Amino acid sequence: MGRVKRTLAPYLLVLPGGLWLLMFFAVPMATMLSLSLQEGDIVNGYVFTGHWQTYVEAISDYQTQLIRSLVYGVIATIILIVLAFPAAYWIAFYGGKRKATYLFLLLLPFFVSFVLRTISWRLILTDDGFLLSPLKDVGLLPENFHILGTSAAVIGGLVYNFLPFMVLPIYVALERIDPRVVEAARDLYATPITAFRKVILPLALPGVFAGVLMTFIPVSSDYVNSEVLGSSSTTMIGQVIQSQYLSSSNYPTASALSFTLMAVLLVGVFSYARALGTEDVMKVATR
Amino acid sequence: MTQRRFGRRDAMRLGGMSAMGAFLAACGVEGQGKPQASVAPDAVAKFWNGKVKNGTVDFANWPLYMDPKRPELKKFTAKTGIKINSYDEVIQEMGPWFAKVQPQLSAGQSIGYDLMVITNSIQFGQFRDAGFLAPLDHSKLPNYVANAAKSYSQSAYDMGNVFSIPWASGITGIAYDEKKTGRPITKLADLWDPAFKGKVGMFRDLQELGNFGLLAAGIKPGESGEAEWKKAAAKLREQKDAGIVRQYYDQTYIDALGKGEVWITQAWSGDIFQKNVSDGTDFKFVVPEEGGTIWTDNMTIPITAANPVDAITLMDFFYEVENAATLAEYINYVCPVPGAQAVMKKHAAEASGEDKEYLTSVAESPLVFPSEADYAKLHYYVDFNTAEEQQDFSKIFDPIVLG
Repeated sequence: MGRVKRTLAPYLLVLPGGLWLLMFFAVPMATMLSLSLQEGDIVNGYVFTGHWQTYVEAISDYQTQLIRSLVYGVIATIILIVLAFPAAYWIAFYGGKRKATYLFLLLLPFFVSFVLRTISWRLILTDDGFLLSPLKDVGLLPENFHILGTSAAVIGGLVYNFLPFMVLPIYVALERIDPRVVEAARDLYATPITAFRKVILPLALPGVFAGVLMTFIPVSSDYVNSEVLGSSSTTMIGQVIQSQYLSSSNYPTASALSFTLMAVLLVGVFSYARALGTEDVMKVATR
Repeated sequence: MTQRRFGRRDAMRLGGMSAMGAFLAACGVEGQGKPQASVAPDAVAKFWNGKVKNGTVDFANWPLYMDPKRPELKKFTAKTGIKINSYDEVIQEMGPWFAKVQPQLSAGQSIGYDLMVITNSIQFGQFRDAGFLAPLDHSKLPNYVANAAKSYSQSAYDMGNVFSIPWASGITGIAYDEKKTGRPITKLADLWDPAFKGKVGMFRDLQELGNFGLLAAGIKPGESGEAEWKKAAAKLREQKDAGIVRQYYDQTYIDALGKGEVWITQAWSGDIFQKNVSDGTDFKFVVPEEGGTIWTDNMTIPITAANPVDAITLMDFFYEVENAATLAEYINYVCPVPGAQAVMKKHAAEASGEDKEYLTSVAESPLVFPSEADYAKLHYYVDFNTAEEQQDFSKIFDPIVLG
């Protein structure tokens, strides 16, 4: 009896989480996969035919947007690291007693809804708005200069909206570094740069890794920033999926694109994980 | 008179008010397309057999399409004893609305509404062809039969009003800021003018966009097929690749125009009237020489409606001349009841102060009362015979918007 219990125990323990995964991940995924392999139209209904060519067509029709999304994702993620690292570093090592306050201040704008924040940027950057209008009036900018509708506006919006998701994990990683380790490095005649490169950076890397995981995926599949701040030449794959689903009622193509996006992101994330190792991420995540 | 609150639909509606007289005079709106195959002859009897008045109705409409105090609905309840269980302004865009209710309708379940107002769009065709709309029993629509403008029974998307009767109509044309363009705009070709590079707005709605592409290529939307759509798409692609189009907009185009993001844009007439009234701007609106489009929002009964008899009673109620007049006074779109115009004029004459001033300015605005020549240039949307055609159309124009 006891032995049976012992053999069953791990399965029983995994049951709630497993059910959760099944209900909210596996079932929707399977539905989406099935839908992507169906043929038909919204009026006569869709039938499963294993029509994998939808993938070929969808990818060839929308490869521009797919590639653009990944490029925007990579660029935004790199900018995020560049901005977040110094901020997290400063708070972790020079924040003193006010660390929590600084972190809170950093997060404060993010209490406002994502969409509202993005729309605010639209108001700031608009062609005849208070930022560009005076510059145009005094002739510093040509009359038809604009920021809205450009890749810069979209990537800027992405960086702004996902900043906390990069700062926090890096901060957590940096914050747990014992200052004495750095002191030791300096005592052993390491220059500040060497100490940073050989001691701080490796110890902070898991935080960067977690930050990348938390930003790259949502950034690449985001459609709000591109929708609100972009133009028809900055369309991201999320917009295509939304339009295929809601405007064109073309469910197979929408599903095929969602699935493709997920596959590409998973491959990207796994190769990244292999290159950097995941153990330390778990440490950071479970701290 | 009721305090006015402005919004998109609120504004769009102003585009129409006009019309009645002129519109009806010019009943022959071009390009209404092929007649629609009607439903089986016994479908009406089959659907309505055994259906009885339940004393309650749920109504789904677009925002700001009725006075917020709902005087007409109160009057309806007082008159018929039918309670309006809910009046929800839940429809904001046709695509998402269809996507939202389609699973329930497919499963034969109620969507929670007995009456919904939908535009003559691709989705109207989807609702119709999927069998999601109840066939209307015209014997239950005496006011409609007596008072509606006859032209509405000729619309290609629902020939003979088998499934729908109009709520209101409006016009799609070009709006522009003359201070920025430096010259009057008169034709669609101006939307292709390199002088306005990066300053042109087009609609994201595939049918609105496709229509303008077709008209710019000299093709009547109602007489177009796949070959013509491809020509139109090439025309639109040319405009896009030259960097002329700043963005493909939903209703946000009006803000883009206000903020100088675009100088010249595809537009709904009423939006411009409203923008000028509420913000003191001086944007112009024209029906382009090559033609513009006219759209209609329609009252329909979902096939799974729990209270269809009550819903059709309410539909007919809006076709009583007095009710049509008060409704149009608030929503200011093209009213489908010609007789309402006389009633509205009477109301205007009786008004005083600001109300009178406002009503007079509305009445005298060329935006609100376009000329007969304008009406002669209006076309109905492209109509589709099959779901496959709809998808082909989407596939041809979709890549332009999503570039």
